[in-house]
Amino acid sequence: MNSGPAITVEEHGGDVLLVVSGRWTAPHAAEVERLAAMILEATRGGGSVRIDLAAVERLDTLGAWVLDRTRHELGDRGQPADFVGARPEHQTLLDEIAYRGFQEPTRVKTSRVVDFLADVGRAVVDAGKDFVRGVSFLGEVMVALFAVLINPRRFRFPALVHQLEFIAFRGVPIIALISFLVGAIVAQQGIFQLQRFGATPFVVDLIGILVLRELAVLLTSIMIAGRSGSAFTAEIGSMKMREEVDALRVMGLDPVQVLIVPRILALIVSLPLLTFLSMMSALLGGGLVSWFYGGISPEIFLARLQGAIALSTFLVGIIKAPFMALVIGLIASLEGLAVQGSAESLGRQVTSSVVKSIFMVIVVDGLFAMFFAAINY
Amino acid sequence: MDDAPHTPLRSADEREVVIRVRGLEVGFGERTIMKGLDLDVYRGEILGFVGASGTGKSVLTRAILGLVPKRAGTIEVFGEDLDGLNPASRRAIERRWGVLFQHGALFSSLTVKQNVQVPMREYLDMSDRLLEELAMLKIEMVGLSPDAADKYPSDLSGGMIKRAALARALALDPEIVFLDEPTSGLDPIGAGDFDDLIATLQKTLGLTVFMVTHDLDSLHSVCDRIAALGEGRIIASGTIEDMLASDHPWVKAYFHGKRARAVMAE
Ligand SMILES: Nc1ncnc2c1ncn2[C@@H]1O[C@H](COP(=O)(O)OP(=O)(O)OP(=O)(O)O)[C@@H](O)[C@H]1O
Ligand SMILES: [Mg+2]
Repeated sequence: MNSGPAITVEEHGGDVLLVVSGRWTAPHAAEVERLAAMILEATRGGGSVRIDLAAVERLDTLGAWVLDRTRHELGDRGQPADFVGARPEHQTLLDEIAYRGFQEPTRVKTSRVVDFLADVGRAVVDAGKDFVRGVSFLGEVMVALFAVLINPRRFRFPALVHQLEFIAFRGVPIIALISFLVGAIVAQQGIFQLQRFGATPFVVDLIGILVLRELAVLLTSIMIAGRSGSAFTAEIGSMKMREEVDALRVMGLDPVQVLIVPRILALIVSLPLLTFLSMMSALLGGGLVSWFYGGISPEIFLARLQGAIALSTFLVGIIKAPFMALVIGLIASLEGLAVQGSAESLGRQVTSSVVKSIFMVIVVDGLFAMFFAAINY
Repeated sequence: MDDAPHTPLRSADEREVVIRVRGLEVGFGERTIMKGLDLDVYRGEILGFVGASGTGKSVLTRAILGLVPKRAGTIEVFGEDLDGLNPASRRAIERRWGVLFQHGALFSSLTVKQNVQVPMREYLDMSDRLLEELAMLKIEMVGLSPDAADKYPSDLSGGMIKRAALARALALDPEIVFLDEPTSGLDPIGAGDFDDLIATLQKTLGLTVFMVTHDLDSLHSVCDRIAALGEGRIIASGTIEDMLASDHPWVKAYFHGKRARAVMAE
């Protein structure tokens, strides 16, 4: 019942009669193409060709295209070819399709070395542009922030609360858990290594200083960059994609003020809170491991901790948090606004938002370390 | 419901029914959008589907395509009940229909040409040359210029998106095409060309067309039959003359309104 395409070739004194039959349709594409090549082969050197379509069962655009293409190719070879006996609807289809060559898209040839050098150059220029854009965007956000300070009624308080819930409140479990585990691992390793020098009690100093100064804020920032930074980029990016950002703009609303200020403010408020939580839960994890694995009872742990750290240790860690928040927020928003029309570009910007934020968080942490060392804090 | 004798939408002639909907009920949450809807679409016809905005034309289309769950009723396409199908037969049916979504639904990260080639690559076995040529052919057939082929959907105008989406819907030479407002957003001349194209395809390929439209010109010039949706069911159906003779208030208002009279006067 599913009769595929077929041809028979008859010679009549130099002229060729091709009888085409069966279904010349898309599901038989491979067969159709093979037969077309065969026609060109079989009629080589003959005279004019008549292609009899009366027995064609079904014809669709694919079949019609290939048949008409074959007819043209015969003609180009000096063998005039004609369709005969086509049913009216097949003839209309053939007329509608009317084979014409599509010129191949021309590809500019370049050498690999030149391409590579051009890529490197472009990457460097882009990085420079990124930096300039970042700074100018920081300026824009600051202006918007001050505008809000001067005229607090323009501030979108519900948006801020909504963002706080998503960033801070819903981030609590995962940040607490990760910090607890990292605290525990640091304590275990500390005890294990210090044991050899008989210096087990120093593990408390190790945990206290490491967690408060560096680990808590780094862990929290990296988690938030992955969790909330990516969400910002995706939200702002898909709004950009569907022209929602443009809609805001033509209504006289500043997208920076409406979309970005509440998010960055929420980050700046949330990150220190989460950092504090992270510190506490890492200390708890470390304390528990010290107790069960290192035999340091909670009273001794707390007493040693008090001796090991000062208020400044805590402050060094917590002061960094709002700066990290700003870095994450700026990068996430910038990347979101850089999204173009396609789903692919959204994916690319989200990835680059997370990668850049984590990288910048670590760079900023390094800068702070140098700064605190310089001022001896 | 199932054994209720169904009255065909039009005098029962011998034509093959390619889509048969019986007692369809669709709703979202508390809201019922349609209930007890019966519809037949015959092979080779162009069915124009009208109805006020928000009556559920798009929802009905999506329900037939299986994109919206139905609460009750049966939908048969090519004589097969879509509920009882295994995935392979379902795919075989999906291969035989093409869809133009109301908002285009082009893949945003592919160029127009690549969009058209997606179904071809998936279902057909052909050389790269033919793949290239056929995609370009479809793109030209729907009235796009060849340089649009390498553009991304975000760089197209609204009308071009419609055309590109039609080219993709036609990629596999389907037997049924579902068009959700194909001519909205096109200039009148472009819309006329679009109608001509649909009519040509119907004649040459025996295409069955299920077309949701608000375009009175299309209804007059290409549709063989018109069905009107309202109150969650088909309130009237038949040729344009039948619609003009209908005394349902909405149908009357639609086909005897000021705009309709202007089209009729031509
Ligand atoms: N996913 C959904 N969830 C809830 N309600 C929906 C959903 N999709 C559609 N609706 C509702 O179903 C109704 C019918 O919508 P539909 O898009 O089918 O309208 P339409 O007849 O195509 O209108 P138009 O001519 O404007 O395109 C609308 O009231 C819409 O709000
Ligand atoms: Mg609709």
